[in-house]
Formats: sequence, C-alpha cells, structure tokens
Amino acid sequence: MDLTLSESELAFQAEARAWLEANVPAEPLPSMDTADGFVAHQEWEKRLSDARWSVVSWPTAYSGREASLVEWVVFEEEYYRAGAPGRVSQNGIFLLAPIVFDHGTQEQQDRFLPTMATGEKIWAQCWSEPEAGSDLASLRSTAQRDDERGGWVLNGQKTWSSRASFAHWGFGLFRSDPQAARHHGLTYFLFPLDADGITVRPIAQLDGEAGFAEVFFEDVFVPDSDVLGAPGDGWRVAMSTAGNERGLSLRSPGRFCAAADRLIDLYRSTPDPAYADGVVDAWTKAQAYRLYTWGTVTRLADGGEMGAAGSVNKVFWSELDIALHETALDLLGPEAEVESRWLDGYTFSLSGPIYAGTNEIQRNIVAERILGLPREVRK
Amino acid sequence: MKFVLDADQRDFAASLDALLSSSETVAVARSWADGDSAPGLRLWARLAEQGVLSLATDATPVELAVAFEALGRYAVPGPWVESAAYLPVALGHEVEGVATVALPPHVPYALDADVADQVYVGDSLATEVGDLVGSVDRTRRLFSVAGEGRSDDAAFDLAVLATSAQLLGAGERILADSVTYVKQRKQFGREIGSYQAIKHALADVRIALDFARPLVLGAALGEVPASAAKVAAGDAAYLASRTGLQVHGAIGYTQEFDLSLWITKVRALVTAWGTPAYHRARLLDELVG
Repeated sequence: MDLTLSESELAFQAEARAWLEANVPAEPLPSMDTADGFVAHQEWEKRLSDARWSVVSWPTAYSGREASLVEWVVFEEEYYRAGAPGRVSQNGIFLLAPIVFDHGTQEQQDRFLPTMATGEKIWAQCWSEPEAGSDLASLRSTAQRDDERGGWVLNGQKTWSSRASFAHWGFGLFRSDPQAARHHGLTYFLFPLDADGITVRPIAQLDGEAGFAEVFFEDVFVPDSDVLGAPGDGWRVAMSTAGNERGLSLRSPGRFCAAADRLIDLYRSTPDPAYADGVVDAWTKAQAYRLYTWGTVTRLADGGEMGAAGSVNKVFWSELDIALHETALDLLGPEAEVESRWLDGYTFSLSGPIYAGTNEIQRNIVAERILGLPREVRK
Repeated sequence: MKFVLDADQRDFAASLDALLSSSETVAVARSWADGDSAPGLRLWARLAEQGVLSLATDATPVELAVAFEALGRYAVPGPWVESAAYLPVALGHEVEGVATVALPPHVPYALDADVADQVYVGDSLATEVGDLVGSVDRTRRLFSVAGEGRSDDAAFDLAVLATSAQLLGAGERILADSVTYVKQRKQFGREIGSYQAIKHALADVRIALDFARPLVLGAALGEVPASAAKVAAGDAAYLASRTGLQVHGAIGYTQEFDLSLWITKVRALVTAWGTPAYHRARLLDELVG
C-alpha cells in the first residue's frame, strides 16, 4: 500500500501544473449560465483543448492523452488547485462521452467527439420529466417509428436540463415501445436543440441564472444515425451514465480539496473559534474524499467496477460540499449575503443532494445493494 | 500508487480474523470485565505469538492499523494500545508481557494496571497504583497512578492511530450486527430493514465508516495527521453505536445482549487518547499555522 506516484505520473503532474499556472485566467470567468459567461467558458474549453488538456483520458485520435485513471485524478487535482474554471462541457465529456465510446458507432464517435473536446458543441442532458424525477423508468415522452424517413418522431417534455438554455445538442431517453415494461422499450436519442419542433424554455435557478431549462418536443424527427445503442436498449445504456455521474467522473476530489484549502485561508483572515470545528471537519472530509478516491482508482485499475460505491460517494461529496460552503458563509458573517465566489459555490452546492439521483435514492441503493437490506414494499 | 491493502496485509488481517473468530472473544471480554483475566491473558499470548506486540517496532503503521481494527471488531480486552503502540515507540523497544501507561492529561488513567507486568507514567515506571475507577466500558479497568515521566509525540500519534483503527473495527462490527438484526426482526408483518427510515440510518453509517477508513490508512501512511483519523473514526463509530442501538430497540439497551460491549467500548474510545475537541484543535493549529 502506498500513495507515491511513478516517475511518469510525476512528469505528467508537473506538465499539467506548469501549463495551468501559465494559462488559468487570473479573474474568474462570468457564470456559465449567462450568455456572456457561456461563450467565455467555451473559449476556455478551446484553449484547454488546443493544449490537449480538455479530455486527458481520451484517445489521442480525439485530442486526448490516453491518460490513465491515476493521471486523470492527478490532472483534476491540479486543475482545481490552480483555480481553473468549471467545465461548461462537463455533461458531454463526463456523462455522454463514455457512452459514445462504449455504445456509439464509429461514425457517431467521429461526428460527435471532436467538437465535444473543443467545446464547440456543448451538450445538455435531457433526462428528467415533469412527472418522472428519481423514478426515471416512469418517463412518458415518446418516440414513434417513422420507417419512411428512416428514424423516429419525438414528442413530450423534458425538464431541469442543465446547460440546455445555451447548449447545442441534447441527449435523453424516450419511450419507443409503449407496450413494453417500465425499464424496457426506452431508446437513447441524440438531437440538436435547434431542431424543428424543439422549444427550449430557460428556467431561472435559485441564483437567478438560467442554469437549466425545460425542453418541449413536438414531432421532432431524429434519424436512425442519431440513436445511441440499440432501439429499446436505452435504459441499460443510460444506467452506465448514471454510475459515472454519481461516482468518480463528475466530482473529482480536487474540487473539494481546493475549496477546503480556500476555507482555511478564509479562517486565517477572519478567525472565529465558533466555526473552527466546521473548518477542520471540512478539511478532514475533503482529505477523506481524496483518499477514498485513490482507493476507488486502485480498485478500478485492478479490474474492479464502480457499482453501488458511486452512491456512497455521491451522498458524501454532496453533503461535504454544502457543509464546507455553509462554514465559509458563517465565517463571512454579515458579509455572507453579498455576492461572492463563496455564495455562488454555496448556491450550487445546494443542488448536490438533488441532482444525479436524489440522496434518498442513493441511500436506498446503499442499503439494498451494499448492506443487502430487503427492498421496500411498493404498492 | 496502490491505495488498498497488499496481499501480505490482507493475509495478516485474515489470520487475525481466523484466530479471533474462534476465540470466543465476547466471553473473554465479559470475564475480563468481571476481574477474571485468565482467558484474556491466554488470548493475549496467542496474539503476541502472531506478532501483534512487535508491530510498532518491526512492521509499518499500516499493519498496526490492520491489527487494531481486528481487536476492535472482536472487542478484545486489554491494554493493547499501550503495550503494542505507545510503549514500544516511547521506550524504543518491544514490551515484555503486559504493560500499560498513563499520560496525563489526555490519558489520565492506566488501563488494566491490575493485570499489567509494568505500569508506566510517560516513560517512567509509576511510583504508585491507586484504586480501580469504573469506566463506561466495563472491560476497561482504569486505575489512577502516581509518577512523573515524559511523553513522546511519535508514540502518542501511533497510539491515536491504533485507537482510530479500533474504533473503525468496533463501528464495522456494530453495523454488521445491526444489518443482520434488521433483516430478521419483523414488525407490522415485514422485516424492519425494509423500512426506509431504518435503511437510510444504516446507509449513513456505511457511508461514514467508508470515509473514515481511508483516513485511518492515510494516517498510517503519513498522508494526514493521526488526529484526522481519530476524529473521523470516532464520529463514524459513534454514529454506528447510536444507530445500532436505535435499530435494535430495547434488547440493545441490555448488558446481557452482546451489542452492549461494543456500544460502551465506542463511547470510551471516543475520548481515549485525546478527545475529539483536542484532536480538532490540534488539526486546526496544524492547518492554520
């Protein structure tokens, strides 16, 4: 058991650190949920991509570095330590891309991955529906077969789609076989958000920015070439995404370690013993998360699978994120209500226990799949 | 970079598990609490044969953590932290037989001084051993002692690590027993483990222990201070004990039921070798500088 990086991993780390030090914008970019901020973030994605840092774990053919899982975590640690901007492309890169690599055709990989890597095309996840939140299998938006045109016709409504207000493409599940049982008969579609029949209505979030949107589908035609995986197999395809979202890929430990370090700086400048425990606990938990992630990386590198451990992860980081930011606001005292990076971070952290499957759902998964407790009786 | 136990460490854990699972440790602990130390000393000798007393001098803190997690999981009584972690480092050599130590103010009493061959205060032998003081954990026999001796920081940190690992083991045991219980116990016609309120409470214990473990192992590797491990393992084990008691209901509240051994042990270990407040303050000093 050891936590020492190899020579080549250390070299990778040094290269990443040097590039980030030289390139990370000195001033934080405007919010990616505003029109200006979205463009500024896309420009940052381009800069990252030009230096081949936007998708380090991808094949070189798609502007990656074929980085190992260890290197990926190392990069993420450096990325957040350097205070680099949040990734406007994250839904595409972290949630959709693994599915495109695993289930997409060669043609789809060649068509979608390059513009995803450069940030030219930003993707939105069109997952939830007004009546289907955590119970994703109950979704009702439909896909009807159109043999004549060689594709499908989508109808219905998606909601809470992050980034959809400004994004270019969406991905989501539609019910393609109304006769099939809940989890069956769903198909995974990719579609341009400016397609005929699609209406995007931005929804202002707690902070007033249009971070997510409702997406309406009225006889939207999608050709067969934009179906991901086999028709009717959407649930299985989608579930591999859900694991990514809850687990390792979206919430790298670097985020929390960097925020905990900033919290310690804040405490140094405004020390208030009343909140000392909160500071210590936030730091300790961020370290726990970092070390836990190295354990996960080791297991995955040895051929293990993420499985339900992603649910353990998700509850922990989402609660840590809120506690950490609450402590920062406590330390700021009356200044806490004034717009600041801490306040932005706090508002964002509040969504953690809700998205990517609520923490209630995650706790059920932990209890049933890890502890082996009986399923709840559902009527 | 491999942040999991290696094959030798897993084998060591398995061999301790095999020994302890066949040693009727609950009966040993109950005898120890009642003042009959003979079964406990026989177990002591068998664990010493497995090398537990020489881990601090001959192995790494990771092996030490592995051993103490097993001691916690099986509620093994005796001054193990004192004999196997603190004293070998403070004295510079492995201890012979059973030894114990007080280290005021954080370790005000000498644990199991009545069965120890040597009783220290810091790095010096105690000049006097006083009367038995009752602990919340009946298997911890505490004695006030007199004497003067220096404390050793490195030894203290290793003792803190050992206590953290013991807490982790105790927390894991309580969770495992609680899960078994809620799958059997029925109310309103179904297992209480199928109720979401029970599930979520036990899931929170699973999560807390899962994130305490890497801090214990990380502290063993020197990645984080031992105080971080103690705070996290103490919080997680305490949550396990409170939740474990709650899901067991009244049976868990009895001394007769074995769960009580772990519930009281966790409470004692939370403040042993430095209270959570002390360790948080120590961490804050280190972080804020």
